[in-house]
Amino acid sequence: MRNPILPLVTCLLALVSTPARAADPIKVGAILSVTGPASFLGAPESKTIQMFAEDLNAKGGLLGRKVEVIVKDSGGSPEKALSFAKQLIEEDKVLAILGPSTSGETMQIKGLCEEQKTLLISCAAAEVIVNPVAKWVFKTPQKDSDAVVKIFQHMKSKGLTKVGVLSSNTGFGKAGKEQLEKLAPNFGVQIAASEVYDKAATDLTAEVTKMKGAGVQAIVNWSIEPAQALVIKNARQIGLTIPIYQSHGFGNINYVKAAGAAAEGVIFPAGRLLVADVLSDKHPQKQVLVAYKKGYEARFKEDVSTFGGHGYDAMLLLAEAVKKAGSTDKEKVRAALEGLTGLVGTAGVFKMSATDHNGLDVEAFELLTVKDGRFVTLAQ
Amino acid sequence: MAGELFFQYLIAGLTYGTIYAVVGMGFNIIYNATGIINFAQGEFVMLGGMTAVSLHAFLPLPLAIVVAVLVTMVVGALIEVTFIRWLSRPSVLRMIIITIGISILIREAALLLWGQDVRALPYFTGNEITSIAVGGARISPQVLWTLGACAGLVVLVTAFFRFTMLGRQMRACAANRVAASLCGLPTRNLITLSFVLSAGMGALAGCVVSPITQTQYGIGTGLAIKGFTVAILGGLGNSLAAVAAGLLLGIIESFSVSLLPTAFKDAVSIAVLLAILFARPSGLFGARAATRP
Repeated sequence: MRNPILPLVTCLLALVSTPARAADPIKVGAILSVTGPASFLGAPESKTIQMFAEDLNAKGGLLGRKVEVIVKDSGGSPEKALSFAKQLIEEDKVLAILGPSTSGETMQIKGLCEEQKTLLISCAAAEVIVNPVAKWVFKTPQKDSDAVVKIFQHMKSKGLTKVGVLSSNTGFGKAGKEQLEKLAPNFGVQIAASEVYDKAATDLTAEVTKMKGAGVQAIVNWSIEPAQALVIKNARQIGLTIPIYQSHGFGNINYVKAAGAAAEGVIFPAGRLLVADVLSDKHPQKQVLVAYKKGYEARFKEDVSTFGGHGYDAMLLLAEAVKKAGSTDKEKVRAALEGLTGLVGTAGVFKMSATDHNGLDVEAFELLTVKDGRFVTLAQ
Repeated sequence: MAGELFFQYLIAGLTYGTIYAVVGMGFNIIYNATGIINFAQGEFVMLGGMTAVSLHAFLPLPLAIVVAVLVTMVVGALIEVTFIRWLSRPSVLRMIIITIGISILIREAALLLWGQDVRALPYFTGNEITSIAVGGARISPQVLWTLGACAGLVVLVTAFFRFTMLGRQMRACAANRVAASLCGLPTRNLITLSFVLSAGMGALAGCVVSPITQTQYGIGTGLAIKGFTVAILGGLGNSLAAVAAGLLLGIIESFSVSLLPTAFKDAVSIAVLLAILFARPSGLFGARAATRP
């Protein structure tokens, strides 16, 4: 919300000889799918980023300047994301763009940000965003491939070798499916059946029946839509009792509520935010996680989700990079961001480098499960 | 294909089919009274589901559903009175565009009111993992509830249009509005009534399918597309035909998944729709020509 008095004060200050530039806010753009099918990502991200900026400004801002976040709601549409990105870069002249929320949107604007030399700190998961490394593009969520590795490691320990893969027809689903297919041989896992369903699916009984027909020992579902809850409900309804794995997209308690009894025992990799309360006090992330969770839940009266955490990390990385650079020169901030190591965020401990613009490894994931309608760490 | 799997695909098809059918039937009421397709029908389905979920927080399930249906009926009446009633001689095209506008309006209002979270009513019988064994395959009791709702609605709607004076008046109104009003029929009230009934049917559909499909502010559009498809496929205006077409389409989709990748599911169903409409432009069971006299 913009204070109408602020510009006046700024003008007055300008008159009284203070350099006007010093009081100018640092403009940060955020393209998030606050509404639409990916709103469960964008809505908490938007709230989190604005909360972060308000808290930052209450403490005096960055380099003595206020931070102004301009949030654009893309509704999950890559086309809208692209036109907002142009607007933010050309008209608002932002220092950096946070988001977009989804992988498809991020890939759509990646080229533009490279061309215009504007920092892009994506909140989307797909590996292709930072692999191959693009100079100006970073991302905060853990890598898909690390989530896949975490799942396959667990399967291997349980002796599961024949699995079925379900994924939604979105950027996230497609990227996950590719990683699953690529990494399966490394763990001696055979993908016996693979189905891609529509992101707006309202029932998946036929798809899970196909899994049953293929005689798989476990199902892996890769999506971020409400269909995640359908997969487990439909599988249990047709009498499948095999283990069901979900992606890190399952880290939203609403899906657990939607799936009810069927959600019990689902295994999925996720950041530690969901189990912040039960994390050991010695864990390096404990403090950051609990502080964010408490702050968010007190302010917005809703459960925190890992997706909001990706927004937190994006803002955190930018703020730390600006502090480190001691300037808002785009190139200097970019270089500072690339050099950040050991920064504790909600997704893990970031170790950025010129060859790694995500900075997280497989240890950023914890395997979680659902017990009595709550997320708990999976007992090994 | 093993017998057990065959039955399971059949049941999956029934699940899809009942959802399509119960949504598709709602299109017929307004069509029967006005000759237009109400593109906001999917939003009535969503409103019914969402309202019932909200009410269920403090009302028992049956009461929550009844109140949700009533609330949606009131919304249906308000919409008709606000947007449609004052049109003196609305063309079909104009009314269709208005209903599309209304659907966007309701969807956005629902987003503001309920947010983007996905919700669901509890299963009417059992819970998320309850299922009944049928010949080696398993079926969720909610599918039977939906099928039951379809059957009940077919009987009620058919009886209403065939045997009650009000129903006949509504059909007269659709056949020729000028003639109907010359005969002294309150055509405007009849059209309002058609929106009320249609909203009620949509809301009931939204409640019974909610445990299966889950409910979100934007779910109406997707459901309406399939519902609209089966209403056309069966022959507009005929509720029993919509149910038959719905089940047929669901079963075709389900078996297409057994043979082809799921990605082709909609392609197969649309291909079937086109093929049938080429052969029978008035739908599978439609006796009348598709264009109104």
